[in-house]
Amino acid sequence: MIQIFKMAFRDLGRNRRRSFFSALAVAVGLALLMLLSSVIQGEMGSALESAIQLQSGHIQIRAASYDESKSSLKWEDLVENPDQIAAQIATLDQVKAVTPRLFASGFLSTGDESSGVRIYGIDPQSIANDPYRAGIVSGDFLTADDREGLLIGQPAALKLHLQVGDKVSLSVNTSNGDVLEQAFTIRGVYTTNTYGFDNSTVFLSLAKAQALTQTENHASTIFILLKDTSFTDGVIKAIQAPAGLEVKSWKDLNTLLTEFETLANSYIGFFYLIILAITVSVIINTLIMSVYERTREIGILAAIGMRSGRIMGLFLSESFLLAIGGILMGLVLGLFSVYLFNIKGFYIGNMGLNGMLISNTIRAQLTLDKTISVTIMTFVATILSGLYPAWMASRLEPVEALRAEK
Amino acid sequence: MEVVKIENVARVYKIGKLETQALRGVNLSITNGEFTALVGPSGSGKTTLLQMIGCLDQPTTGRVFINDKDVTSLNRNQRADMRRATIGFIFQFFALIPTLTAYENVEMPLLLNGYAPKERHDRVMELLKAVDLTDRANNRPDQLSGGQQQRIAVARALAPNPKLILADEPTANLDTENGKQVMDLMAKLNKETGVTFIFATHDPRVIGYAKRVVTLQDGIITKDSQSNGK
Repeated sequence: MIQIFKMAFRDLGRNRRRSFFSALAVAVGLALLMLLSSVIQGEMGSALESAIQLQSGHIQIRAASYDESKSSLKWEDLVENPDQIAAQIATLDQVKAVTPRLFASGFLSTGDESSGVRIYGIDPQSIANDPYRAGIVSGDFLTADDREGLLIGQPAALKLHLQVGDKVSLSVNTSNGDVLEQAFTIRGVYTTNTYGFDNSTVFLSLAKAQALTQTENHASTIFILLKDTSFTDGVIKAIQAPAGLEVKSWKDLNTLLTEFETLANSYIGFFYLIILAITVSVIINTLIMSVYERTREIGILAAIGMRSGRIMGLFLSESFLLAIGGILMGLVLGLFSVYLFNIKGFYIGNMGLNGMLISNTIRAQLTLDKTISVTIMTFVATILSGLYPAWMASRLEPVEALRAEK
Repeated sequence: MEVVKIENVARVYKIGKLETQALRGVNLSITNGEFTALVGPSGSGKTTLLQMIGCLDQPTTGRVFINDKDVTSLNRNQRADMRRATIGFIFQFFALIPTLTAYENVEMPLLLNGYAPKERHDRVMELLKAVDLTDRANNRPDQLSGGQQQRIAVARALAPNPKLILADEPTANLDTENGKQVMDLMAKLNKETGVTFIFATHDPRVIGYAKRVVTLQDGIITKDSQSNGK
């Protein structure tokens, strides 16, 4: 066995340049797989993280009849006495923050321009709203007793030519179906680096939003952030939702995102196949050339009594060594390319899909299990690509092989 | 005791629609310790006959026995096993594995036969000494002259103590001096170890070494004569 490996190693050394480029093909294949999987992981991971932090939370408690797409404000579609329920949930250890929120839709108008907006009534003191607080680019965050202040996202502010201190008019649907209009002052401009969200969301304090929409002491949802996503199922079991309310997990609340992830994964599988197919064809080509070049040697080995299995083993050992060499180079190349990618990230601007929060900048996120799985994939593909040439070598008739020129 | 017995062997090669009869009903018996030359012009069937005896090829009709065992119907791996344990080969071209050193080339059949490391080492050194190339043990074939390479091939053929050594034009690519060295070596080993040698040749100087000369023409044996050898 050792002798077979020694021979395989020296055979690869005979044509060093060709062996190097074959191993390089394996390396580039692996590096591409690493980069691709880490970019997707990074993109999906950040999209999900954004969605959880900015929009869905880990868990929400809502009225069973609440229809998110309509932002209903009828009392029967809302949660009554949300602070009371929130206080109970806050006692659970795994909970990081819990806060009521009220959603409404409306129109923001300046002198001659207007834009449809989604209104978030939030408790400015809750740490669940820290991502918004951290994103203030000018002006201040809201305070609990702010009755005239409003926060606007940076893209919308640019579009409507608004600055901190400007007055705007906000028209809102109320719980009884009327439309109320009221003047607000831009208190601050924020960004979450997520175009889709920033362009369409304005914040009011919860108390003001309740007053404006005539939904006093009601909220659209109770928004819950956990200390870790993995606590979700446990906490859902622990929550005793009052009658008429339902508990939803981040998975229920981000179906578009999870479906998109499934779709992305199937596309990625296809790309993996293309990359592996290219790698495999390079290795097959190298080994077939090697079999042709060494036909007479194979004949000699057969003549001195080497069985077909061992001849096959010799060529499989070569593909094994190419795989090992290529994988070592590929891991270095892959780590380096992920590092390069992450120095600046890849700016995609506002290419996010409607309804999905995708960060403006994609970063690659390489996980250990992805690295292991793409490495194993590359290894197996390289070994398999040695099978046909090895089989070809083992089937050569000794008498024919001995007659060969080389 | 008969080492080789050939019974009515014919071999027909088909290339497209063309049929070539390389052997047409050959009968031959070779006993232990013989030093036999197969002679005849090119195309007379010498190499084909050696390939039949060496289990490298199979007859179209007829039977081949090695050590009383019928090898005609053995499968690929069984033939490989037979060659490994019983038959040594010396080819016209210097058939060494280029990536292995002289030492490792001689060692290869011992490895394939499952010899222990110590046994292998002793046997290889003994053979390198016998072919007078101990000092070239670590050289690769491309660092050896043609004559040296052929002597290493002889050592390799002898390594697993085969019953039979087959040599196909062993001196054809050597100059007179190296050819003589190789033939002297083969004759000496035949005398000392009693191993049977069968070699195909049309070189009169090589034929002079043989104790028996079997002449082939157009695929049949036309003459089988004893000789004095050297």
